[in-house]
Order: sequence, then C-alpha cells, then structure tokens
Amino acid sequence: MSEFEPTIVAFFCNWCTFTAADLAGTSRLSYPPNIKIIRVMCTGMVDPQYIIKAFLEGADGVLVSGCHPGDCHYINGNYKARRRIKLLKEILPQFGFDSKRLRLTWIGASDGIRLAEIMRTLVSQIKELGPSQSKLSMVI
Amino acid sequence: MTVTAKIDVKNQDISESIRKLLEDILKTEIIQAILVSQHLPMKKMVMPTLVTDPDHLDGIDPLAPAFPVNAATIAARLTRKPIGEKIAAVLRPCEIRAFIELVKLNQAKRGNIILISVDCPGAFQNKDYLKFAGQNPKEATLRFYKKVMDGNAVEVEGVELATACKACEYPVSENADIQIGLYGMKTDESILVKAQTEAGDHILKQINLSATNEPAARQTAINSLITKRSSFRDEMFLKTTETTNSLEKISSFFASCVNCYNCRVACPVCYCKECVFVTDAFNHDSFQYISWAKKKGIIKMPTDTLFYHLTRLTHMSTACVGCGQCSNACPNDIPIMELFRTIAHVTQKAFDYQAGKSIEQKPPLSIFCKDEFQEVVGIND
Ligand code: SF4
Ligand code: SF4
Ligand code: FES
Repeated sequence: MSEFEPTIVAFFCNWCTFTAADLAGTSRLSYPPNIKIIRVMCTGMVDPQYIIKAFLEGADGVLVSGCHPGDCHYINGNYKARRRIKLLKEILPQFGFDSKRLRLTWIGASDGIRLAEIMRTLVSQIKELGPSQSKLSMVI
Repeated sequence: MTVTAKIDVKNQDISESIRKLLEDILKTEIIQAILVSQHLPMKKMVMPTLVTDPDHLDGIDPLAPAFPVNAATIAARLTRKPIGEKIAAVLRPCEIRAFIELVKLNQAKRGNIILISVDCPGAFQNKDYLKFAGQNPKEATLRFYKKVMDGNAVEVEGVELATACKACEYPVSENADIQIGLYGMKTDESILVKAQTEAGDHILKQINLSATNEPAARQTAINSLITKRSSFRDEMFLKTTETTNSLEKISSFFASCVNCYNCRVACPVCYCKECVFVTDAFNHDSFQYISWAKKKGIIKMPTDTLFYHLTRLTHMSTACVGCGQCSNACPNDIPIMELFRTIAHVTQKAFDYQAGKSIEQKPPLSIFCKDEFQEVVGIND
C-alpha cells in the first residue's frame, strides 16, 4: 500500500504568509506538495464556513496563516481570525474532527525558512493522524 | 423602593388577573400598545397580537402552552426604528433572552419597549398544542397550568412538554422590566407583580396595586425547578453528544433533513438578513453536481446539508437561547434544538458568555483582545 498523502488546505494572507511562501519558492526551499494554498487578503476574511467546507470536502488538515499580531495590514484581522479558530476548535471536535487538524500560525513575509519548516512538520503530524473521516464516510 | 405587589385571582382565572393588569398598563398612557399572545377569533391557535385598544385584550392567554413563534423577532421589528411611542411586550423568558441578543446585534432597540414576562410553565410543540387545546382552549390552559405549576409535571393528559422547555433552566426572566410571578405563590388567591427596572417601576407606580413582600417560598420553588431542569438538560447534552460525535453519526442525525431551512427561519437569533445558503452561491451549476458525484461515485441530493448546519452552528451557537423553535419548525422531526443547545453550551462556555444574560456582555465574535487564546496558535500541542 502506498503511503497516505494528506491534503492540507492553507489559507494564507496576501501580505505576510503568502509572501513568505513566495520567498520560500524563489529561494528554492522545499516543502511537501500536500499543501494547497489559497491566497486571501487577510486571515480576518476567512469565514469559518470556508474551513468547514474544506473539511467536508475531504481535507485532512486546514492551516490558516497570516501576519504576526500587530502586523495585520487591516489592523486587527488576525485577532478576529484567532477567535474564529478558537470557535472551530470547540465545535469540530464535537463531531469527531481532531483539533490538531486545524492550525493557525503567524508567519511574517521574510519567514520563508520557518514557513517551509512548519509545512513539513504539519504534513508529518497529519500523516500520523491518518485520513480525515470525511474521506472515509459519505458526507451528506 | 421598587414596586412589589400582588394581584388577586378570582375563580382561579389567572389569565383574567393578567388581563386586568395589562389593561391598567395600557390605560396609563405611557404605553400605547401591547404585544401579547391571544387566541385568534378564526382559529383557536394562540398568536402574538399587537393591541392598542384595551377592549381587545379579552382573548389573551399568556399561559397557554403554545409557542408558535419566538416573538423576539417581532419585538425587534417593532423597536428597530423609533416610533415616538412606547410599547410593551409580554414575552416568555427565552423570548426576552433572544431579544437581548438582537439588541446587541443592532437589530432591536431596548429603549422603546417595556418587557413584561410571566413565569414560564413551558409549552407543547405546535402540533401537540392544537390536539391538547380542543374546543375550549382557555379552559385547557387552566388545566395545563395547574398541573405543571408545582414544577414537577412535564406531561399533561398524555401530552409532553417540548424538550426545549423540559431542559430550560431560565423559567423566570431576570431582564424583564416587569415580572409577573407565579412560582411559589398561592395562585388560587393571588399572583405577584414586581418592577425589575426603573422603567418598569415608573409604570407600576401609576397603577393602583396592593404592595406585598415576595414570599420566600418563591425563590425556593424557582431554585428547585432550575435544579430539575438543569439535570434533564445535562442528560440531554450527554445523549446528544453520544449520537452526534462523529461524522458518520452526525450524518445519520441529519439524514432526513431536506434543506428546507425552516430551522433558521424560525430561529430568533439567526441574524443574517440574507442567508448565504439561499443565495446564488449555493445555486450550483448543473455540471458541478455531476463533477462532485464523479469524484466520489455518489453524492446525496440536495447537497450541502451538513455544510449548512455546521455553518449555522459557527455563526449563531454563541447566541442560541435554547428556545426550541428550530425543532418546532422541522417538518421531519429532527431534534435540532438538542444539538444546537449542546454545541451552544460548549461554545458559550469557551467564550465565557451566556446568551441573553445581559446587554453589556458583548457577543463573542464581535470583539477580541490582544493577548487571548494563545493556545490555538502554533503547531505544537
Ligand atoms: S438554534 Fe433553535 S433553540 Fe437555539 S435560538 Fe435558534 S431556534 Fe432557539
Ligand atoms: S427544518 Fe429540519 S428539514 Fe428543514 S433544514 Fe432544518 S433540519 Fe433540515
Ligand atoms: S493582512 Fe495578514 S493577517 Fe491581516
């Protein structure tokens, strides 16, 4: 049997983490291809709905990442994002989703190296958890 | 001193005593209209009515075990814009709690309305009420309330109270301007009326009432009811979690859902003006369905059922007051209130929030602090 390759959906804010991902690319830092990046203007625009959709569609993990506190280009979007992640980390486990499948990080624009590291760690963590239940059972 | 008084009850007819009080309130000329439930002349159903003429209070039946809508949304509609006049509304405690949530969401205004609440003995599901009420609904109300008022009965003549009411630990409203008390009172003789705010006091002072002291038995009766309800509630939480704690289980919980969205229409705190699930965003292109089906070999139609319920939970569970209107509205008898309250209990606790408790407590998703919830950041734990 081939090794389980998780799908991780990542919402990166345009100004910090996405720029870091760009930097990682241009610096030829390698990170696993399991991460599907969705560029958003700010973590503050990630409605919990997007994350739920990703999980119901079979994502094995979701990463939301943006600017460090204080650095958000829309002043406080990342603080709002943190509350929403907190909320989801309360709700999703009620339905059997391991809270470790949902992550929030702050990765600054120049943090290409850290970004690559975090992605590698995340992929191995999710591999350990195995496929998400939405891959295994029918979602209505 | 704020007013605490008693109103005499004649011929065991509490509704009549309440009617008389409302009539007096309407006649003070501070209040121009009262929102109160009454029997409609054309059918025996009880519905909220807006009364400006005291002569039209005859059909009122605020203790009827019928709860067709959560009237918080109606009270919100009446207060959204200033009308230059003051109104009063007789609401159940859960309606007042929902109203308070709507005030905080800027969909209702607290200033122009006097909230009156009667101790809530609970209610039946809609279908059950009509069966129970029979030909003489007002008389049925008296039978009902006599049986449940001692706080122990959850069933009358074979009809059970709605689960939401059995699990409700807020039978008495803390936020009403005027409270009409039944628990712990000798209701054959008299009921209690007391002001809980300045505005309520101002009105009661215009009325000729005989002052009294709140009997100690009242708080005892309320406390023991709350204890009983809370333990039913906790058991309900456990059972619900047991039947919904995996994707497979929650899917089977909602297997008969037809995406009619009645539950969110009935919900007083589902606050969006336009629900995203009825917009074009969910009017998917035909090819989309085929391509989803191809990906998995099979999809259930209509799609987005769980997506809808989980989204609703994230959007409004912190505001859920447990009124049970969602379950009341479901054509397929899905026990939605059970699930929403179970999750709401978890989310409200996480943000140290109690829906409908106070105007001052800000809705959790409308605020943030700099140094909170560090534990959800990062990839180690
Ligand atoms: S989710 Fe159900 S129980 Fe909760 S407030 Fe809405 S209608 Fe009432
Ligand atoms: S009312 Fe019942 S059937 Fe309709 S959407 Fe809600 S849960 Fe589904
Ligand atoms: S702009 Fe990066 S988190 Fe708001």
